[in-house]
Amino acid sequence: MCLAIPVKVEQLLSDDMALVNIGGVKKEISVALIEDLAIGDYVIMHVGYALNKIDPQEAEHTLELFREMGVLEQVLSDHGVTP
Amino acid sequence: MKYVDEYRDGKMARHIAEKIRQSVKGDKSYHFMEFCGGHTHAIFRYGIPDLLPENVKMIHGPGCPVCILPIPRIDAAIELAEKHQVILCSYGDMMRVPGSRRRSLLKAKADGADIRMVYSCADALAIARGNPDKQVVFFAIGFETTTPPTALIIQQAQKQQVKNFSVFCNHVLTPSAISTILESPEVRDMGLVPLDGFIGPAHVSTVIGSQPYEYFAEEYQKPVVIAGFEPLDVLQAILMLVEQVNRGKAEVENEFTRAVTEQGNLKAKNLVADIFEMRAEFEWRGLGLVPYSGLRIKPEYGDYDAEKRFVLTASKGTDHKACECPKILRGVKTPKDCKLFGSKCTPENPIGSCMVSSEGACAAYYSYGRHQQKHKS
Repeated sequence: MCLAIPVKVEQLLSDDMALVNIGGVKKEISVALIEDLAIGDYVIMHVGYALNKIDPQEAEHTLELFREMGVLEQVLSDHGVTP
Repeated sequence: MKYVDEYRDGKMARHIAEKIRQSVKGDKSYHFMEFCGGHTHAIFRYGIPDLLPENVKMIHGPGCPVCILPIPRIDAAIELAEKHQVILCSYGDMMRVPGSRRRSLLKAKADGADIRMVYSCADALAIARGNPDKQVVFFAIGFETTTPPTALIIQQAQKQQVKNFSVFCNHVLTPSAISTILESPEVRDMGLVPLDGFIGPAHVSTVIGSQPYEYFAEEYQKPVVIAGFEPLDVLQAILMLVEQVNRGKAEVENEFTRAVTEQGNLKAKNLVADIFEMRAEFEWRGLGLVPYSGLRIKPEYGDYDAEKRFVLTASKGTDHKACECPKILRGVKTPKDCKLFGSKCTPENPIGSCMVSSEGACAAYYSYGRHQQKHKS
């Protein structure tokens, strides 16, 4: 029930609807719950409705956090240190 | 797929898992509840328990709307379709959940009731417009993620004057369920369920924000980390919880900042507040009557409330005696503790609700866990 996926907004349609791209598949969904939506935005889609926008900067920040962790481990192991 | 694949990187997962192993203290044990069924599903699908050290245990929470809906509400839905002869529109997950005498929506449909599976509540309104001579009821279930769409559809039905449409409202609230678990004697007095922190729901939090969890962190001194549904999100949240426990902290942290803000989706929250109001109490399978945990349609929109439009019999249906769903939903037992699990109760032929939804703990154990355990031994 709570499973929802990030989809890309490709076209804004009338009646608060939008055409979105779900990994290559196109679908019309309702974006009535979202404010200030633009083409190219990613939204979380759930039961045919967009619930929220994805913040690309925050997404990158989280990935950066993961990467830093990976890099740190790599540097330590390169120096033969077991942290 | 963007925003999905990069959060499923296997190498990175092993790195985070290694970091967790380094962070845990050998003499301590860590018990974290993932409230939401979406996380339960992800934990089993990606084999996360195998990546965790022995002393980090995940307890599965009641955050599966299909699982927690009690038998009397399922009986009422069947009654709407059979006795009142409405076209009943339901999300697919509900179709196989057994009610009294193991009758389900699917069995009622096979017996001739007009029950239709819909992907979205908008489909239910369209069915009502297409069948003006029939009563059409949308069987609305779910936490804060499905509630805003239901609110929208009630608003639209009113605007478009669709008179033959109504909603059987079973929407429930996450924060009150978390309170109930924390207040339960099993957690508070008996220590049967050791709980050192929560993984906060992903998509529920995109709507309600991170703010409602502040109360649990402060009042019950339990850390909460809101996490996305991808495996790296879950592992990172576990790491953040371990670090909080080690430092003796109980704060709300947000791992899912790409979609969750402090206040959540205000437009959605305002819409929900316009259409719905709190019920004084609502019955949950496993938790019993939980005060202020469910929503009903406000009197202004009473014309669209199926419970007002139709007279429904109060069913006294109870769970199958041997079914451990109620205890599993409270985190007291695991699916493996249930005698019926995997023998009499399977996803193909479920006895308890936790075996029906893919987010139910039993279904997740059955689909991903059992095979693994055999392989291990």
